[in-house]
Amino acid sequence: MADAAAALAALWDGAFGSWYAVTSATLVRAVPLMLTGTAVAVAFRAGVFNIGAEGQLLAGAAMAAAVALALPSGGVATVMLALVAGVAGGAAWAGVAAQLRARFGVMEVITTIMLNFVALYAVSWLVRGPLQEPTHAYPQTLPFAETVRLWRIPGAGRLHLGLVVALVVVIATGWAIRHTAAGFRLVAVGESPSAAASAGLIDVRAVTTRAFLLSGALAGLAGAIEVLGITFALYEDLSPGYGYTAIAVALLAGLDPWKVVVSALLFAALQAGAGAMQRDAGVPSTVVAMIEALLILAVVAAQAARARRSHG
Amino acid sequence: MDDVVTPFVAATIRTATPLALAALGEVVVERAGIINIGLEGAILAGAFGALLGATAGGLAGGYTGAVIGGALVALVFSLFVVRWRADQIITGTALTLLTLGTTGTLYRSLYGATGAALSLPTSAPLPIPGLSSIPIVGNALFSQPPATYLAYLLAPALAIWLRHTHAGLALRAIGERPEAAATAGIPVDHYRVLAILFGGALGGLAGGTLVLAQAGTFAEGISSGRGFIAIAIVVLGRWSPLGVALGALLFGAASALQFAFQAMGWSAPYQLFLATPYLLTLAALAGAVGRVRAPASLGRPLDG
Repeated sequence: MADAAAALAALWDGAFGSWYAVTSATLVRAVPLMLTGTAVAVAFRAGVFNIGAEGQLLAGAAMAAAVALALPSGGVATVMLALVAGVAGGAAWAGVAAQLRARFGVMEVITTIMLNFVALYAVSWLVRGPLQEPTHAYPQTLPFAETVRLWRIPGAGRLHLGLVVALVVVIATGWAIRHTAAGFRLVAVGESPSAAASAGLIDVRAVTTRAFLLSGALAGLAGAIEVLGITFALYEDLSPGYGYTAIAVALLAGLDPWKVVVSALLFAALQAGAGAMQRDAGVPSTVVAMIEALLILAVVAAQAARARRSHG
Repeated sequence: MDDVVTPFVAATIRTATPLALAALGEVVVERAGIINIGLEGAILAGAFGALLGATAGGLAGGYTGAVIGGALVALVFSLFVVRWRADQIITGTALTLLTLGTTGTLYRSLYGATGAALSLPTSAPLPIPGLSSIPIVGNALFSQPPATYLAYLLAPALAIWLRHTHAGLALRAIGERPEAAATAGIPVDHYRVLAILFGGALGGLAGGTLVLAQAGTFAEGISSGRGFIAIAIVVLGRWSPLGVALGALLFGAASALQFAFQAMGWSAPYQLFLATPYLLTLAALAGAVGRVRAPASLGRPLDG
């Protein structure tokens, strides 16, 4: 019991124990989780099982890094361009799976997972090949110029402007799903593709593809913000699996982007605390993956129970 | 000739064995109308079960542990999907994540944070007298670990079972029209649970061969996507056991080619070789679809 208490204390301290922990451990991790969580939520709402947020995040990170390295003296213009490149990279990576689904009916669950592996090896190649720092000693790019990094929020440690960007994008996405015609179509297609098609007003395939691309774009933005705001360089393990955690984030939020903000904070705190727990209490950080999985299973079991009740 | 062909065929068979075992199990599951994305988790659990079993009871213990590990993951999957009618894709994904976390945590707790380099008993090739002395390919095909021979036997056996036995036909009926099958008095849920357990056990065995017949050790995430590749092989093999066996061989050959190219000093980024199985899966799926038809009820939410 003492062990468990010590582990929980370490977890709490790592996530919320100090102002530095709150800003520079927890909130910093919440940024990519909000965006990837929303990416998954948008896709799942449209009936697209995009398990590929991790690969799309990496694609976005690689594109943003390429821009930041190519235009080191561009200042704010470089940052904007890098963010756009990240969005495009994520959407393009998702676009491969979206096309395979739209044209050939290939299951996106498998293709997006395959693309995650491909993205990882592509980054591995980039940072040992064309984008490697000039001394060729380390598998990473040069650090980006100071002027093309996202601004830090004053007095908040490593926390950067990406938090504001993420909040705006996520809240706007949630609003669009609730209040726009495109959002209505997206939800209608996800609930029942056949009903949406027979209503005659909705091109199911186009809506599905667009949702898939939007999902990839959000994950790509997460990757761009991560390299521009936190790592300042591209390297292989820049994401501790944000794209997979995103599935738990989205499901716990009931696939609602507004609630994603809250569940992203919860999982960010878990991840921040897990590192401290491993360091201070010797509990493996992989415990967090177990907790995530158990939460997902709890959510699907609850959903299934509700569905069985409503069917009688 | 011998020194090029024999290692190539041997490498093909070695890589194909776990893929074939896992995919053959998944064929049975999908023929019952269920898609188990948690196959990846079953393979990983099988690999970890092999580690525990082999540490405690040598090779036999290792293979037993592998089968139990895979079946355990499948048991949880069937509880969620068949009993509680939960979403198959999300349950399978969560179970894969759960297995990653659980095996990682147990491994680090048992063997230290970085994981000590373990050396397990590995299953030596078992040459089949006569067959293994066939010129050129004999040694490569018939001097393999026992799990490979199981795959050789299982593919035709399952093909016959699906086509010519009462139970096999009932299973296929469930995959095509579960409501009609239920009306005809077939215990649908019962069949589905058994199919899922069979698929999980074979997935576990696939993981066991990774540890006991190939790596000789366990590493976190050692399954590295093979479960998903196996599911793609099921599509490529058109849900037929013999087609799936051929598909697994194709993947094995493609992976063996990369070793051959590397041995020949063909200069390409090594990451390209590492990414080959995944790229091949994407290409295979794009090429296979349109010409194949999945079991009609595959992945559809189960009723009531």
